[in-house]
Amino acid sequence: MSAVVVDNPEQGISARKAIAPSRGKRPWTFYVLASLFTAYVLALYGPMFCIYILSFQDVRGGLVFPMKGRSLHWFIDLFTQVRTGDVKGSFDRSIKLAVIVTIITVVISFLAGLGFRRRFKGDSIVFYMMIGSLVAPGLVLGLGTGLLFQALGLSPAWYSSALGAQLSWTLPFGVLVMFAVMSRFNNAWDEAARDLGASRWQAIRLVMIPVLAPGLVAVALFGFTLSYDEFARTLQTAGSLNTLPLEIWSMTLNVTSPSLYALGTVTTIVSFVVIGVSLGSIVLIQKKRGAQKIKG
Amino acid sequence: MPSSSSTSRSSLTGWLYVSPLVGVLVPFFLAPILVVLAASFFGSDGFGGLTPGFTLANYVEVLHSALTLKLYLATIKFTVLTWIFTLLIGFFVAYFLVFHVRNQLLAIGLFLLCTVPFWTSNIIRMISWIPLLGKEGLINAALISTGVIRQPLEVLLFSDLAVVIAYVHQLTIFMIVPIFNAMARIDKRLIEAAIDAGASRFDILRLIVVPMAKSGIALGSIFVVSIVMGDFFVVKVMSGGGSASVVSAFYEDVGVLQYPTAAASAVLLTLVLVAIVSLILRSVDIRREITR
Repeated sequence: MSAVVVDNPEQGISARKAIAPSRGKRPWTFYVLASLFTAYVLALYGPMFCIYILSFQDVRGGLVFPMKGRSLHWFIDLFTQVRTGDVKGSFDRSIKLAVIVTIITVVISFLAGLGFRRRFKGDSIVFYMMIGSLVAPGLVLGLGTGLLFQALGLSPAWYSSALGAQLSWTLPFGVLVMFAVMSRFNNAWDEAARDLGASRWQAIRLVMIPVLAPGLVAVALFGFTLSYDEFARTLQTAGSLNTLPLEIWSMTLNVTSPSLYALGTVTTIVSFVVIGVSLGSIVLIQKKRGAQKIKG
Repeated sequence: MPSSSSTSRSSLTGWLYVSPLVGVLVPFFLAPILVVLAASFFGSDGFGGLTPGFTLANYVEVLHSALTLKLYLATIKFTVLTWIFTLLIGFFVAYFLVFHVRNQLLAIGLFLLCTVPFWTSNIIRMISWIPLLGKEGLINAALISTGVIRQPLEVLLFSDLAVVIAYVHQLTIFMIVPIFNAMARIDKRLIEAAIDAGASRFDILRLIVVPMAKSGIALGSIFVVSIVMGDFFVVKVMSGGGSASVVSAFYEDVGVLQYPTAAASAVLLTLVLVAIVSLILRSVDIRREITR
């Protein structure tokens, strides 16, 4: 784009009027939109940081500012008090469930991504079923799953009905991310591998998976975080033992101490660690590739 | 041209690859929807049990209730307000990132900054408004100390306003991502050409950017509309029980084991949702846009 501007004899006029001039004075809209963007980011993160700060109050602490003292009281309270519920157990279950959901989501989304590369008879049915699963009200789907298990004489549990209900939410996202990833994959690479004598499995293992690795990490990120925070679909399907969001939900209804905020802080730290590890490994893979390219 | 036998073979391969996906969606999406549909025609024994049969009584009850209209109006009000605000903020945030940030790496970094909260808990992000909007919250405290108001504003938290704020806070990201993707695909030379032809920046926005971002706007709208219409916990918590939506009423019905009426109301909601989504889909070939 900059080349076009420079080559233009009427550079002055053009640069002034350009939507995003690469050089020269910024248009007034830049400042308006930059303020909007800053306000948006502040509103996005501001409230979250308020509760992180408030969770570090001491025993006198309340739900609003000003901050009363500084301690880890509410974190200890969270994991030792019985009245706040079974936080430890639900935390444990949520992590396990999220790991299982992540593995299944990555494998199934990857395979579906391969399948959707070429059009096949009836592919639209699968596609729209997936979109339906994405937009259907979670609570309604959860109730349907719960009733289905009841009708079949199965008892709902977090590792059966809730697992399936969460997959109906994570898989559409996973496959949509795969679509974006696959659109940048050149099918010629796969065909070249096959022409050189690779079996279908070898081509997938030695060519596709390494090339698509960053995309697969992104799918895993979606799988883990969407499952770990899933609420509406899990509510009617988790059975007698709660997952963490269900625990938080029951706390919002009856706990009015900063331990609610402490739980918010703990669960967000887990999310941030997962996001950091995922994005970090994507950057690392890309960097390694860049280095290999220079060496090669 | 592929022969018919090779197309049927590639069809088979395609189905083989998507079979695990279908294996999850059939029991955990299709079957539950059909179960809810069936339950909506069943009778109730009044104790949470379903008596198989065929009756339209549940639909008659739902459609005759004055409450239903009220719930739908409330839901539509929340949906429209949230849609307008998320669209405006999402569009201009995406526009800023694509067309105003000169350094592409910085643009991607800022874009990621917007998306990170999406991967954290919605419930936590919702309750995090309490210290700000509450009666003794930061906003009231700031307004009182600056002398704008004397009494704390009670409409900030546990009101319809709080519900819309929480929705916009959670869902703007669903507008930013698809609109950003659509805008990033616009060929910058097209805009240069428009400038050379004498178009003003507003013309470019109106005649190039908006039409070419339409697919992103449509995708974002589907997300926002379907999530708001299917939500119940934001309404329940942020309105303090003062407002209700179709699904929060459904939640109460399920709580008192009124499965058949709840199912009938859910089927109606799903029909409304399908109608809205297909209306949006008529304006854009979502499949082509996504796989492109």
